[in-house]
Amino acid sequence: MKLNRKDILGIQELSVEEIDLILETADSFIEVSTREIKKVPTLRGKTVINLFYEASTRTRTSFEIAAKRLSADTINISASTSSVVKGETLIDTAKNLEAMNPDIIVIRHSAAGAPHMLAGILRQSIINAGDGAHEHPTQALLDMMTIRAKKGGIAGLKVAIVGDIAHSRVARSNIHGLTKMGAQVCVSGPATMIPRGIEKMGVVVHMRIEEAIRDADIIMMLRIQTEREKQNIFPSLREYAQYFSLNRKNIGFARKDVLIMHPGPINRGVEISPDLADGPHSIILDQVTNGVAVRMALLYLLTGGSN
Amino acid sequence: MTILLKGGRVVDPSRKVDGTGDLLIENGKIAGIGGGLQQTGKGRGKGVPPGMEILDLRGKIVVPGLIDMHTHLREPGFEYRETIASGSEAAVAGGFTSVACMPNTNPVNDNRSVTEFIRRKAAECGLANVYPIAAISLKSEGALLCEYWDLKDAGAIGFSDDGRPVMNAALMRRALEYASSLDMPVIAHCEDRNLSAGGMMHEGFVSTEIGLPGIPGIAEEVMVARDILLAEYTGAHLHIAHVSTAGAVRLIREAKARGVRITAETAPHYFTLTDEAVRTFDTATKVYPPLRGAEDRDAVREGLRDGTIDVIASDHAPHARTDKEVEFDFAASGITGLETSLALSLRLVEEGLLTLPELIEKMTVNAARILRIPKGTLADGADADITVIDPQREWTVDRGLFRSRGKNTPFHNWTLKGKAVLTIVGGEIRCRDC
Repeated sequence: MKLNRKDILGIQELSVEEIDLILETADSFIEVSTREIKKVPTLRGKTVINLFYEASTRTRTSFEIAAKRLSADTINISASTSSVVKGETLIDTAKNLEAMNPDIIVIRHSAAGAPHMLAGILRQSIINAGDGAHEHPTQALLDMMTIRAKKGGIAGLKVAIVGDIAHSRVARSNIHGLTKMGAQVCVSGPATMIPRGIEKMGVVVHMRIEEAIRDADIIMMLRIQTEREKQNIFPSLREYAQYFSLNRKNIGFARKDVLIMHPGPINRGVEISPDLADGPHSIILDQVTNGVAVRMALLYLLTGGSN
Repeated sequence: MTILLKGGRVVDPSRKVDGTGDLLIENGKIAGIGGGLQQTGKGRGKGVPPGMEILDLRGKIVVPGLIDMHTHLREPGFEYRETIASGSEAAVAGGFTSVACMPNTNPVNDNRSVTEFIRRKAAECGLANVYPIAAISLKSEGALLCEYWDLKDAGAIGFSDDGRPVMNAALMRRALEYASSLDMPVIAHCEDRNLSAGGMMHEGFVSTEIGLPGIPGIAEEVMVARDILLAEYTGAHLHIAHVSTAGAVRLIREAKARGVRITAETAPHYFTLTDEAVRTFDTATKVYPPLRGAEDRDAVREGLRDGTIDVIASDHAPHARTDKEVEFDFAASGITGLETSLALSLRLVEEGLLTLPELIEKMTVNAARILRIPKGTLADGADADITVIDPQREWTVDRGLFRSRGKNTPFHNWTLKGKAVLTIVGGEIRCRDC
């Protein structure tokens, strides 16, 4: 089976079959990263450009490693400012890149919809590596891959996503993906972090973390961005940590075999206590490992590969 | 020039006229309305005078020249988006014989010389009547009043903070008081800038799903409520620009029932589109106030139907490609409206929401009364500003054919029905078969 689309812009538009295809392909790529020689010739002669308008360590590195393990040539472009501030428009930058004939452009941008704009203009495949608070599809795919690997499936699991849902592209992509795959998803955070009408995306809202994580199979903690304090999204890290962090005390509400996830980077002691982040329930680093495999799968499938 | 418009359906809500008839134009004025005018030469016993143009308008609708009381002509300062000349061309092409233009130019229209400049430029191009709306405060900074008497003498017909809402309630109070002594309206762009800060689109389920920062309806409504209270207190005439939410419609309806001197307008995109249109991230859908939810759109339509909303104005906001061909976050907000406003509004008649006279009233005489301009009527002796509409004409919106410099429309490629086919300003045909 082939992935019959030019771009990966979000989870919302992916079918269950497409998600299954991507995850199965990713499973088959896991092994490459465990070899002595961590490289296969699959994408030899292909060029992947990582166009990052927002800071990223994990995602950019992960895409680069994924491309290199498939023998593609990779180029990283980091713009510390938006294209507009820089003086060249995003469209002009993209058209210049297109003129150099790459095969795939991976873009991260602070503006929701930026990858969609490029997808409509460029002939290359576009992978959304995070657009504003909209979607972060590869994160959701690697999360789903990790859950499947650990729990044997996704359907029927109870997943709690806790934190600043309103500003989180990770939350949105995971809500789309997990509900599609049959999980029960609930979200929790102060009301300032819960966007209007989120229930219509198929999730249950809990005002307290204890209610959200009750009997949860999976707890997904989101990073708190400290700049939200100034926007009165929350009064202080101190209070947030006291009432919304995952810690030894409240983890008891979850199932005994609960798995703890976090898209990173972690604020230790804010949204999650360090002992839980490093403890036996944590699969945070498995997520990172699987991220490489998922991105290898997407690069492979978008350049015409089949499982 | 003498023109006889024969056999059209003449709709003049200012005098409750709706019937088939002829209309005679002489010396730039309406010289007669009735049946069989060419035989009688308006009762003067003359035949068809030489040089008289006779137009057979059977099947067409003859209405007072349309008035768009909310446009942005961008000049001075933003000529790359629109000029008074290109905006005037767009106006007459869209069937508008008069437009009022907002003061958010550069420099801001906050003094006599800018008002005079706009009027002089408009007179030079000689297409539509252009009525400048002056700023509420100097540089629209929301701090100090500008010289309202002087501006009125120079030709300004109202005061507005459009695009730069007045956050200072005390200033708004004084503006209303001061303007009321000149019998001029204050036109409020109702938006609490703290509540709307950072917003890109309507806050609702769509913004939740696509992750664009939202502008809640209450950002508009708290300011509508504030300004209604100020108008009630001062007794001044407040006009609410571009009403877009259900709550604003409700507040205005209640205020009118209490007898507050308040009028209101909305724009075609608010009764036609919803925030669903933003899902594509098409920057042509970015506008302030934003395209709202379906319940808001329905409330705006109901407000038009029951008379809460007096006027349809385009909020014509032309932008250059460079303003719009960027990320949604960075795109300028606004929709080019002069050339689609009439056809989008005629849909309300087609759908049975408004009768044709009710619609024409909202696009002519109501705006004229709010702005106290001697327009919007086909009365004998009135300026011969006339729009002829072909209600059956189907056409496809092609932004490339816009006379406006702004091609920023979310209605590109829409098939619409009804079009201005003749625009007469002061007795002169300014657009034929537009």
